[in-house]
Amino acid sequence: MNDLEHQLGQGPDTAFDVSRFQADLGRRASQSGLLDVAYAAVDSPLGDLTVFVTPRGLVRLAYEGEAIDATLQELAERVSPRILHAPERTDNARRELEAYFAGRLHAFTQPVDWSLIRGFAAEVLHATARIPFGSVSTYGRMAIEAGSPRAARAAGNALGSNPIPIVVPCHRVLHADGGLGGYSGGLHRKRFLLQLEGTLPA
Amino acid sequence: MHLPPFQRLVDDHAPELHRFLVACVGPTDAEDCLQETFLSALRAYPRLRHADNLRAWLYLIAQRKATDLIRRVGRRPVSDLDGVAPERLSEAPRELPDDGLWLAVRGLPAKQRAAVVHRFVFDLAYVDVAARMGITEEAARQNVSAGLRRLRQEMDR
Repeated sequence: MNDLEHQLGQGPDTAFDVSRFQADLGRRASQSGLLDVAYAAVDSPLGDLTVFVTPRGLVRLAYEGEAIDATLQELAERVSPRILHAPERTDNARRELEAYFAGRLHAFTQPVDWSLIRGFAAEVLHATARIPFGSVSTYGRMAIEAGSPRAARAAGNALGSNPIPIVVPCHRVLHADGGLGGYSGGLHRKRFLLQLEGTLPA
Repeated sequence: MHLPPFQRLVDDHAPELHRFLVACVGPTDAEDCLQETFLSALRAYPRLRHADNLRAWLYLIAQRKATDLIRRVGRRPVSDLDGVAPERLSEAPRELPDDGLWLAVRGLPAKQRAAVVHRFVFDLAYVDVAARMGITEEAARQNVSAGLRRLRQEMDR
């Protein structure tokens, strides 16, 4: 290899601050209206949560242990592929979650984007969103509220597919006999949330 | 057709595109050029008809942004550069702080510049240079050899 090719092969000096670049890109994309889904992680007593926010609101909340790559791909297909890690745009959702876990916030003001939820599941989860902090309800009750009194099992499935746990409080729905029922995030998390809200003895 | 989430393009390609742009426009302007590259890509992204070779697509946008910048820099007013004739500036953007070789690289035509950088800075085989540029292997060879010829002339001056 001759000298010129060798010099080219040395390359020019490069120092690249990826995280600063990423932050600038998120900000500029957001200002230009090009950011359809922003996401970032939040610390919580239940492990790292990841929040995904559109201009309409919180569209998805993932527990630690969920495959983030698969969640990102699903959002790319069902909402928009214009997705960036952009903490600033998720500030409100993250602040409210932190306040909730600190016991300082009982009702989320963070708007919800319902676009991942369709049909009967939307009816059930809208009803679920109305259960206040400190209260619980039942699968049967949710089926009634959703307009299908005999569909308690389907209501259970809808709750199990809730894309926005905690903020749409599916953990407040129990069996009529007082049993905890199920929770897609794991029953230990459901128990923790109910204890935090004072509806289950610690 | 399933486009990957845009963040994956940033994660997978931002560092290598940055290196490409440093070689093309110099360290001072590379980061801004990279921002422009990703913003343009993000703007066009949902309209893409297929997700084949997104990497070549990003490199093509970066190559265009680099060329735009080099043209713009070449046209910068020269009032603050005492004694430098404007016609010299349009030949090559000499006020960019760097040594002669990289200035000469900046002065290459866009495709030759990209081909030379892929071939030698990234040490790619011609078939891979061609894939990254979305051109034939033969065209990649021609661009590299024309670029090298020109660089030698510049460096011998």
